[in-house]
Amino acid sequence: MTSPLEQKKIRITGPSVVTANRTRDGVVIYRTAQRGWSSRLADAAIVRTSDDARALLAEAVADDVGAIGAYIAPVEIKDNGEIAPGNLREHIRSQGVTIELPVPA
Amino acid sequence: MYAYDELDRTLINERVEEFRDQVKRRLSGELTEDEFKLLRLQNGVYLQLHAYMFRVAIPYGTLSSKQLRALAHVARRYDRGYGHFTTRQNIQFNWIKLAELPDALADLAEVGIHAMQTSGNNMRNVTSDQWAGVAPGEVEDPRIWSELLRQHTTLHPEFSFLPRKFKIAITASDHDRAAIRIHDIGLRLHKNADGETGFEVLVGGGLGRTPFIGKTIKPFVHGRDILSYVEAILRVYNQYGRRDNIYKARIKILVHELGIEKFGKEVEEEWQQLRDSALTLDDAAIEEVRSRFSYPAYEKLPHMPDELKQAAHDPVFERWRKNSVFPHKVQGYSIVTLSLKPVGGPPGDATAEQMDAIADLADRYSFGEIRVGHEQNLALPHVAKRDLPALWKALDKLELATPNVNLVSDIIACPGLDYCSLANARSIPIAQELTRRFANHDTAGLIGRLHINISGCINACGHHHVGHIGILGVEKNGEEFYQITIGGRADESAALGTLIGPSVPYAEVADVVEDIVEAYLALRDSPDELFIDTVKRLGVEPFRERVYATR
Repeated sequence: MTSPLEQKKIRITGPSVVTANRTRDGVVIYRTAQRGWSSRLADAAIVRTSDDARALLAEAVADDVGAIGAYIAPVEIKDNGEIAPGNLREHIRSQGVTIELPVPA
Repeated sequence: MYAYDELDRTLINERVEEFRDQVKRRLSGELTEDEFKLLRLQNGVYLQLHAYMFRVAIPYGTLSSKQLRALAHVARRYDRGYGHFTTRQNIQFNWIKLAELPDALADLAEVGIHAMQTSGNNMRNVTSDQWAGVAPGEVEDPRIWSELLRQHTTLHPEFSFLPRKFKIAITASDHDRAAIRIHDIGLRLHKNADGETGFEVLVGGGLGRTPFIGKTIKPFVHGRDILSYVEAILRVYNQYGRRDNIYKARIKILVHELGIEKFGKEVEEEWQQLRDSALTLDDAAIEEVRSRFSYPAYEKLPHMPDELKQAAHDPVFERWRKNSVFPHKVQGYSIVTLSLKPVGGPPGDATAEQMDAIADLADRYSFGEIRVGHEQNLALPHVAKRDLPALWKALDKLELATPNVNLVSDIIACPGLDYCSLANARSIPIAQELTRRFANHDTAGLIGRLHINISGCINACGHHHVGHIGILGVEKNGEEFYQITIGGRADESAALGTLIGPSVPYAEVADVVEDIVEAYLALRDSPDELFIDTVKRLGVEPFRERVYATR
């Protein structure tokens, strides 16, 4: 969990979202602009400044019952406005494992 | 099999109810995540990329068919229909829901399985040789001692908050299948000149970002003193182990910084306070535990039954038999390894259907017993040789008869970036590609024994340091790269591998491994010289030249 001290160090260099896992089942979730959570990256609130990122994270961390391990993650905004994960880790969190599961979902 | 007594059963059931209450309080907000984290970790619950991960203990790698069916049930009902066997003889479920965890634990408790101390800074599952009790030439069944240590260290208040996690492994055979030299404490059961049973005690082994091979702290500790001696080590560690820096908190760092002589002196002084105390195991205490292990009523069977002679005409059966069937201490019986490394499959995974089917086969052919090895395969430890052909046919249908045990495609791999929140790079797709490259079992047989170990980060859950070929995933500017080492091994001659050169990108890893294997085939002085021996004889340079000449 990101501590308030770590939050002070937050510097983002591009569009970002706040993501976490849902407490009751661990599902990947994204903080929305409506102060809620969504399991769809497309619903995530986009922040572009470090101050906004810090504020969004603080709001997310305050929801200790609903979410666990909130942090800021980079995203890419495509020409058509689609939000895409900014790195492989976030791609895997968003899209699922890159392998075929032993038992198809 | 070991039969739990009433105390064990009560302990497990009480733990389930305790955790049920903790989960309830967490979900209601009564407990914060900071407060709950320690509690969930003490019950084997991690948070990974997509979900919670639930690690269940399989003490010394021994399972009954009933227990395996319970694991299948958990996989099917609470997870996504499969489980992942780990390098410490545990099983992990990757998609568990926190709200359902207490029910899963309760279902496991019915068959005497739990998740206590499968994470957190305490004594982890005591592991052992997956052939314990059946290996020819073994001093005695090491699980008796594993169980004594398990009982003594489970919920031991003094060792529930160690500086860092602590792992013990025990072997009783000349050939070390338990990797004792890469454990915090490694115990090698042997007999002294007077014929007394005791242990060579090694300490300070471990992998991770600072790998060390364990050092012998005492060549012989009598069996009756093993609890007090282990406790003395733990006390010294508990007192001096670093709590200020997680990267320097393992006992291996303390042993390295103090030196084995000074560390040994500290332990000796502590031991003098502890030995000849209530921790001394008298014969009755040892016999009590020994008596709770049941062994099969073996039949008197021929060494070479007719069924086996007949089946030997089938070359496919023979290839599997020569690869996956091993000698048993009782004539007419064999140990059979079930490969969880099918071509193109994730190493160590088994579906609920496979687990149920293995349980049925264990009932039919192995006195209801299954073993888990640290190489992420399973074994049936008591198979009558006459049953081998029928067993092989059944395993083949289940895709559990890949004849690649100890060969190049029998890869140890951690879950990597596909699942793990610590990983920098993926492990499983690399392993899958390598199994495809070496899918020809004839070629793999010609290459001979070759262990490839893959870790997706420096924490080394895939034991890359001690792979004959080790592959470590790292991240460079947002891309997956892999460092390759050769010459590592985890057995009685344990050694850390040597880096062969700069890291290579994801897409080139399989090519590099193929180059290394081709270099070995060209360099070995005979087909009998194993890869690891060629590396020992020639060093890494010829392999480095081969790999980097065109890169």
